[in-house]
Amino acid sequence: MKRKLKRAERRRQFRSLALIFPLLAFLCFAFFGPITGMLLRSVEDLEVRRILPNTVAALASWDGRDLPGEKAYAALAGDLSVARANDTVAIASKRLNYSLIGIRTVLASTARKLNALPEAGRAKEVLEKINPAWGDHATWVTIKGASGPFTSFYLLAALDLTHDTDGTIVGVPEEQAIYRDVFLRTFIISFSVTLLCMLLGFPVAYLLAALPPNRSNLLMIFVLLPFWTSLLARTSAWIVLLQTHGVVNDALHWLGIIDQPVRLIYNRFGVYVAMTHILLPFMILPLYSNMKAISPAYMRAAASLGAPPATAFRRVYLPQVLPGVGAGCLLVFILAIGYYITPALVGGGGDQMISYFIALYTTDTANWGLASALGALLLLVTLLLGFAYGKLVLGQQVTGGMKN
Amino acid sequence: MNVVPLLRTPSERLAWGGTIVLSTLVFVFLVVPVIAIMPLSFSSGSYLTYPLPGLSLRWYADFLQSPRWTSSLKNSMLIGIAATLLSMILGTLAALGLAQWKSRFKPLILALVLSPVVVPVVITAVGLYLFFAPIGLTGNYLGLIIAHTALASPFVVITVSATLQSFDMNLVRAASSLGAAPLYAFRRVILPLIFPGLVSGALFAFATSFDEVVIVLFMSGPEQRTLPLEMFSGIRENISPTITVVAVILTALSILLLIVVEGLRRRNERLKGNPG
Repeated sequence: MKRKLKRAERRRQFRSLALIFPLLAFLCFAFFGPITGMLLRSVEDLEVRRILPNTVAALASWDGRDLPGEKAYAALAGDLSVARANDTVAIASKRLNYSLIGIRTVLASTARKLNALPEAGRAKEVLEKINPAWGDHATWVTIKGASGPFTSFYLLAALDLTHDTDGTIVGVPEEQAIYRDVFLRTFIISFSVTLLCMLLGFPVAYLLAALPPNRSNLLMIFVLLPFWTSLLARTSAWIVLLQTHGVVNDALHWLGIIDQPVRLIYNRFGVYVAMTHILLPFMILPLYSNMKAISPAYMRAAASLGAPPATAFRRVYLPQVLPGVGAGCLLVFILAIGYYITPALVGGGGDQMISYFIALYTTDTANWGLASALGALLLLVTLLLGFAYGKLVLGQQVTGGMKN
Repeated sequence: MNVVPLLRTPSERLAWGGTIVLSTLVFVFLVVPVIAIMPLSFSSGSYLTYPLPGLSLRWYADFLQSPRWTSSLKNSMLIGIAATLLSMILGTLAALGLAQWKSRFKPLILALVLSPVVVPVVITAVGLYLFFAPIGLTGNYLGLIIAHTALASPFVVITVSATLQSFDMNLVRAASSLGAAPLYAFRRVILPLIFPGLVSGALFAFATSFDEVVIVLFMSGPEQRTLPLEMFSGIRENISPTITVVAVILTALSILLLIVVEGLRRRNERLKGNPG
């Protein structure tokens, strides 16, 4: 009997797993697979290996000091003439140019001018004659560095770092260093928006939680309406309101507050306004449910024990809403750091966040390695914050799981 | 219990008054932009500013007569409905399974299932673009439907799970002890009870797909341009009154969704409040 029950229970467990399986399998194909693929792209380095296979093989035994031997030059000449025939030189030179700006033209001109394979033993001489860059140590270090199959190049580049010719990690030249600034900017914007959401959301959540349900339900519509409204509809609304001859500027002018239109959009101010508007409900809703769960009896008890209102608020109420504030802030911050559409539409050139660059490198310049590396870093930050959020929210739940 | 705080001292009254004033300002901030552009869509002029030179429906006619907008609306509907159906099937099954499954791996599986919501959509879009392009799933409807299903399924899992939370599994046991086959029990016992959750889940899923633009931006071909994508490129070029028409249509749609979802939620709470 006991065994039978156990078997029935096991069967039931198995059946519930079978119900979850289709979604998991689907997500493996349509979500985890692609994400893993992107993570792989951020460390993969296959272009040079594919286009210049013999050169890569010849460089494998090169110690990286001085110049490589005649064998490498001959291999390169051979690879280049094959690549020219297949019209694939550009693939390798594009990749190499990320590491050493200018090498693209060296490769292109060499492939173009290399009419016939050099005689045995004369490859080095011929190549150096076509382009003196082949006599540079840096050229060969770059090719060796890009020979794959794995590289830290893109991940380092996403942090404005690179390997110098000796192989030590150094910062990239100042004029090329942009991503640390972009990450910093992403954090500053997200943090400011989170702070704004908290300052604006706290009193609203407090009011909604304190009012009787019939009135708070009515006011809740003001929070839920923008929450459900399309992101693009809201963003375009802000553009219409804030543009140079938009509604706000006209109203301020009409009221005599300003003489000249003020620049309210396509700058940081516009980004803050639009993003705060979009993310505010994500702060208010968790805060509200947290505050609603707090019994007013605590505050009454504090008052009856003689605590002045400010003290009672600070010592009794705040500690109880702190987890809700934390959860709301984390949620808004997590959502904010991934923002792309809104800053792209209402921000200026200096207000674009990291997602903008990921999109730019994927679609416009097709630098997939760098796009993936930036994506991997953003994903890492998001997952860490998401993990903290999960801990915080699960810790709040008194009853976990579902009724069985 | 929700009680307006006891207002004993002047400072308490001041704090409460401040809360009301600040909240009112925030409500204005939240709602006014959504409302303010509505009249502009009925303007007879082409400048997006008040006062309106006159009322007309010319921009609505412009929207309806432009194949660019109508075909994008059709695409959005097609992709949205297909993704909703698919995510409803996958999400409801998973929610049912998760409700009955007891294991210490459950939080992990739940986190995995919900992760498409947390991961920034740009990352998902890049991953999908690079993964789907070589297998021919970019530039067609199928790829977009699959991608949107992945984004929308977690919402179905969340809403259906929430309904199942208040669902007594003993009812299913009772049904099967009375001889109901699992499918019959599902159709006659589970389905009617979780139906409101299913509807909210479907609406959430549809809204997710209908509002999504980043993945479409990366993966769609010229044939699959959706309403949000046309809006995105329209705003980038020049914000015309036709865009406010689209914004008004989208807002009207979301008001409709909001009414249905809120109605269902309140009905559910009412039912929970009066057991028996």
